[in-house]
Order: sequence, then structure tokens, then C-alpha cells
Amino acid sequence: MSLRERNTEETATSVKVNKDSEKINSRPIVATVILFAGLLLLVLSLGTSISFGAAEIDLKTVWEGVFQYDSSLTTHQIIQELRMPRALAAAIVGAFLAVSGAIMQGMTRNPLASPSIMGISAGSAFMIAIAFAFFPGTTYLGLMGMSFIGAGLAAAIVFGIGAFSKGGLTPVKLALAGTAVGALLSSISSAIAIHYNVAQDMSFWYAGGVAGTKWISIQLLIPIALIGIGLAMVLSRSITVLSLGDDVAKGLGQKTGLVKVFGTVVVLLLTGAAVSVAGTIGFIGLVIPHITRFLVGMDYRWIIPCSAILGALLLVLADLGARMVNPPFETPVGAITALIGVPFFLYLARNEGRGL
Amino acid sequence: MQSNRKITLAIAIIVAMIFFTFFASLNMGYIRIAPIDVIQTLFGFGTEKDELVLFDFRLPRMVIALLIGAGLAVSGAILQAVSQNGLADPGILGINAGAGLAVVLFIYFYQGSSTSLGLDSIFLMPLAALLGGIFAAFLIYTIAWKKGVTPIRLILVGIGVNAAFGAALIIFQLRMDPRDFMQATIWLSGSIWGTNWKFVLAVLPWIFILIPYTIYKARYLNILNLGDQIATGLGAAVERERRLLLVLSVALAGSCVAVGGGIAFLGLVAPHLARRIVGPKHQAMLPTSALMGALLLLIADTIGRNLLAPSEIPVGIVVSAIGAPYFIYLLMKTN
Repeated sequence: MSLRERNTEETATSVKVNKDSEKINSRPIVATVILFAGLLLLVLSLGTSISFGAAEIDLKTVWEGVFQYDSSLTTHQIIQELRMPRALAAAIVGAFLAVSGAIMQGMTRNPLASPSIMGISAGSAFMIAIAFAFFPGTTYLGLMGMSFIGAGLAAAIVFGIGAFSKGGLTPVKLALAGTAVGALLSSISSAIAIHYNVAQDMSFWYAGGVAGTKWISIQLLIPIALIGIGLAMVLSRSITVLSLGDDVAKGLGQKTGLVKVFGTVVVLLLTGAAVSVAGTIGFIGLVIPHITRFLVGMDYRWIIPCSAILGALLLVLADLGARMVNPPFETPVGAITALIGVPFFLYLARNEGRGL
Repeated sequence: MQSNRKITLAIAIIVAMIFFTFFASLNMGYIRIAPIDVIQTLFGFGTEKDELVLFDFRLPRMVIALLIGAGLAVSGAILQAVSQNGLADPGILGINAGAGLAVVLFIYFYQGSSTSLGLDSIFLMPLAALLGGIFAAFLIYTIAWKKGVTPIRLILVGIGVNAAFGAALIIFQLRMDPRDFMQATIWLSGSIWGTNWKFVLAVLPWIFILIPYTIYKARYLNILNLGDQIATGLGAAVERERRLLLVLSVALAGSCVAVGGGIAFLGLVAPHLARRIVGPKHQAMLPTSALMGALLLLIADTIGRNLLAPSEIPVGIVVSAIGAPYFIYLLMKTN
């Protein structure tokens, strides 16, 4: 860390202390522990996720299936073609949603900011409805693209409403704007779905979670992960400063507009990709950043990687849970994360005096 | 303050518009009936086919649209006053979702299939929806309660509860067979599916008892609108009245949702328009809201029946498509 950076950070800390007697308390040791232990747990839960299913496969076979692939064995084929992409997609999507949530919350200083309450899934569903209704032969890749565009569209509208409304994007306004944009888009997509009789196909797509993920999705997700999370890490220091408030950040000479533009690009990239693979998976992006902040403190250089690990872990476990609740049926994983996340959301809402 | 004459005039204009829309809507639909034939049929001189279309299909549905439009509008007006938030609406607050979940559960467990709805269930469904709505309202109220209820907390908790019910709904919906699923989707997006006089009878008493009673309680709404402190200062038992009015609002929304499904935004838009026309005093605002809601829902249903005919767009979708942009406009304007 250069001297200049160090100075800036100290100034930032002292300004913060003066402002509302709260300081940037970062806990690098806890964060390091989370990163290593979390990674270990993630690998374990990925293994469990791959081994669990209609055909029970023990962990030893999982190991062999992954590292000593023998194409003549059915179990190895199941592992390679079905279980592995699913487990990996869960991990990547979980990480994406959590990182997006962390960036949004940091940038907007809004504890309710998160992908799921911004109408993003409704936007994706809207484009999927159009695809199912008007372009029935759309390939899997095409559907992903459509969903990606839809997610971006909805997020752009909600952000836009915030930018153009009196008093800015307050938490309540964000939640209401997200609800309204979601309602508008989903009402149009319901009309399309009912008229063209594609309602259930659509619901399965966007409630489906990571169940049908193919390798091609993973191949697309990996470069997005490298770019998105890489950019997020580059931005992380600026986001820490921004999370102290626009005025403070400007006072420290930060080009807040630029940081926000790049932050928004990362958010759209990550949520768009996540929704296009897994559909509506709510509340991970809301809950994980809060938990992470509670554990590692306010420094986004730690929050972002730790959120990624914890988000991945949560979604892999939720996906495992979705299969275990009522086998052989699958419960939509979005419903599971919502049922975990809602109580937390309510807790935040109840403390609206403090956090918001 | 608006003068009494202006209020009377406004109400007269809305009533005239309702009559006009009503008559126009009678002509329109997949089977067109010329105005002269409509008049003949109404006086009992029509052909058998016209009689069937008008009396058995079109009229009951339009009457229901009028009734639940009024009911939802008044429910929204109450909620807005009680929560002191101009953006409150039974749909946004999760009361519709609670009622909707109850009805889907009812179809799922009791009926087995929505295609075989018996007579008893027509009257049981409003009750199920009502219970679901009350349960949702109870949840929202208790969770938001913390030495009193602040408007913002009420709204945020409502959104959260809404999401929870949404998650539970999708679990049950995906287990239905495709036919029931379609039925449930259409119903949930707000559709007047009961084109039958029995449905009219099922909602009529709710509307005709609860709306006048709400108007009777109008002065409490005026007081609550001023904020808790002033209300308490004026000697009103704020929490007790708030609870009672909340129950009224939920009962109205619940019974309307049972027949009309999840129609969002009507409860938001109608009171707003009414307030613009006759001012904030609830004695005049509530009846105007009711009429406005009835008019809007009748128009929306007429559009829904005709726009993509022969397939119908559920009325709730038409209302959302019009109401959501208006809501966003309000959102951008308010501070």
C-alpha cells in the first residue's frame, strides 16, 4: 500500500469517526479464516452435492468421476454430465449474487439493495416469455442471452427511476420501485404467456434454479466471473470509501460518478449472468453481504471475496436442501432461499430506524 | 377545501361515465351485439342467443367488476390513511398474496382440481381468501409492531411478507398439473372468472355492508391521516381504531380477491384519483374512490375482454399495465 493510499484511508477513517462515531473496523484475521475455512467447506459441500441424488454415489466414486474420468461408467457420466455442472453453477451463481448485493449495498448505502428486490427476475422472465412465445426454437444459449438482456433492462429502469426521482434512491423507494417495475414487467409477460400458452414452461425456467445447468453455461460463467469479480476487487477500495457517503468520497477526491458507473456495470454483468443461468433466486444477495459485514467489518476488500465464498456455500447447500426436502421432487431453490432470507429481510425492516 | 357542489358534480360525472361504459361494454365482446339489440334484450324482447350472452355471461361479470372495483378502491383508501402512506395498496402490502395463497391451497387440498368447482366452494372461497388475507395482515401487523407501528415499517414488512407468500405459492403451483397451473396463474394475475350470478351473491353482502360502514368511520380515517401524535392528541384511541379499520380493509380486499384474484394497483390508483378530484376528506373521498374503482375496473375488464379476443387478458394484468406506470410516476414525485 502506497503512502498516499494509506493517508487517504486514515483521513477516511477519521472523517467517518467524526461524522457518526463509527469507524471502519476491519478484521483481516477473521476474513482470512473465512476465506480458507469457507473454501474448504465449499469443496466438501460440492462433493456432497455431487454425491447426492436419485442414484446414490459415494464420495470416493465422486473423486474418481471428477479426477479419473472413465467414460464407460454410468456413474461417472452422471457425475460429469449432470451433477458437476449443477453443483458448480450453484457455487458460481451464489457467489455472483452475493458480490452484486455487496456492491449495491456499498455503493448506495442502502441495506435493502440487492438483486432480488429490484425487479430483475421479472425483467428476465419478461424476455424469456418473449423468447418462448415468439421464437420457440431459441437455443439454450439464446435463452440465456435473452434473460441476460431482460435482467439488465429491469435493473436499468429501477436505477433510472431512482436517479430521476426527488430525494434519490431511498431504501423504501428502491423497494417500491423494484416492486412496481417487477409488477409491470411480469404483468406483460403473464399476458404473453397466457395468450401463447407458455406459462408453465416459463415458470419452470425461472423457478428452476440450477437443476438443468449444462457445461456450456459454466463455460460462459467462468470468463464473466473472472471479469466481474476481478473488476469488483479492483473497485473494492473505492466502494469502501463510497460506503462512507458521497460527500466524504468526493471530499477525498474520488470520482464517485465513475466508480458508480463501473460498479453498476459489474452488478449488471453478475446478476444478469446469474439470473440467466438459475432464474429467480432471491435473498442471497441481500443476506450474505450483511452477514459478511457483521463478520469481517466494513472493508470491502475483504467483504467482496468473503461474500463470494459464503454466497457460493449458501447456494450449494440450499440447492442440496431443495433436493432433500421432498425427494424425488425438487423444491424450487429460489423458494428455499426466500424462506431463509425473508425472516432476515423482516429483521432489517423492523430495525429500519437504525439501518435505513 | 372543495365545495359541496363541486363534489356532487364530480360524483355525478363519474356515475354518468360508469353508465356509459357499462352500456358500451354490453355491446362489446367476442360476440358483438348492436346497441338496439342490447336495449331490446334488456327489456325482455331479445333473441335467445343475445339473452344467454348478456344475462348469463356478460352482465354478472360486469356487475362483479363494479363491485370488486369499489371494494378494492375503498380497501386501498383505508390502507393509505391507516399507514399514512400514499403508496399503500393491498397488493403491495401482501394481503392479496395471503388471500391468493389461501385460495390456491384451498384448490390444491380441498378441491383437488380447479376445474370441478362445486357450488359450496364458490361460497367457501371468499372465506378462504378472507382468512388468508387476515392472516397476512396479522403477520404484517405483528412483525411491524414495535411500540407502535410506523408507516415505513409497515410497508417494508409488507413487501417481505409478500415475498414469503410468493415463494410458498410457487412451490404449490409447480406441483399442479398444467391445466390447474394455467387456471391458478390466470386467477392469481387477477381475473374475474366467476361469470355467474352466484358469484355476485357471494361478494355482494361484503361490499354492501363494509363500504357504508367504512364511510361511517370516515372521521377516524381523517384523524389517522394527520399522524399518530395529533390523532392521540385529539383523543382518538388510535391503535384500536387503526386495528378495526385494518380489519375492514382486509375483509374488503379478501372478499374481492376471492372472486377477482390478485388485482394489484387498483387500490392505489383509485383513491389517488379520488383525492385529486374531491380532496382529502374521507366523507367525500371514500364514495368517490368506490365509484372510481368501479369505473376503472369495468374499463380494464372491457379492455381485457376485447384487446386480444378471443383470448382474454386477465383484468389484473390490464390494471397493472396501466397502474404500475402511474405508481412509478407517483413514486418519482413524492419525497
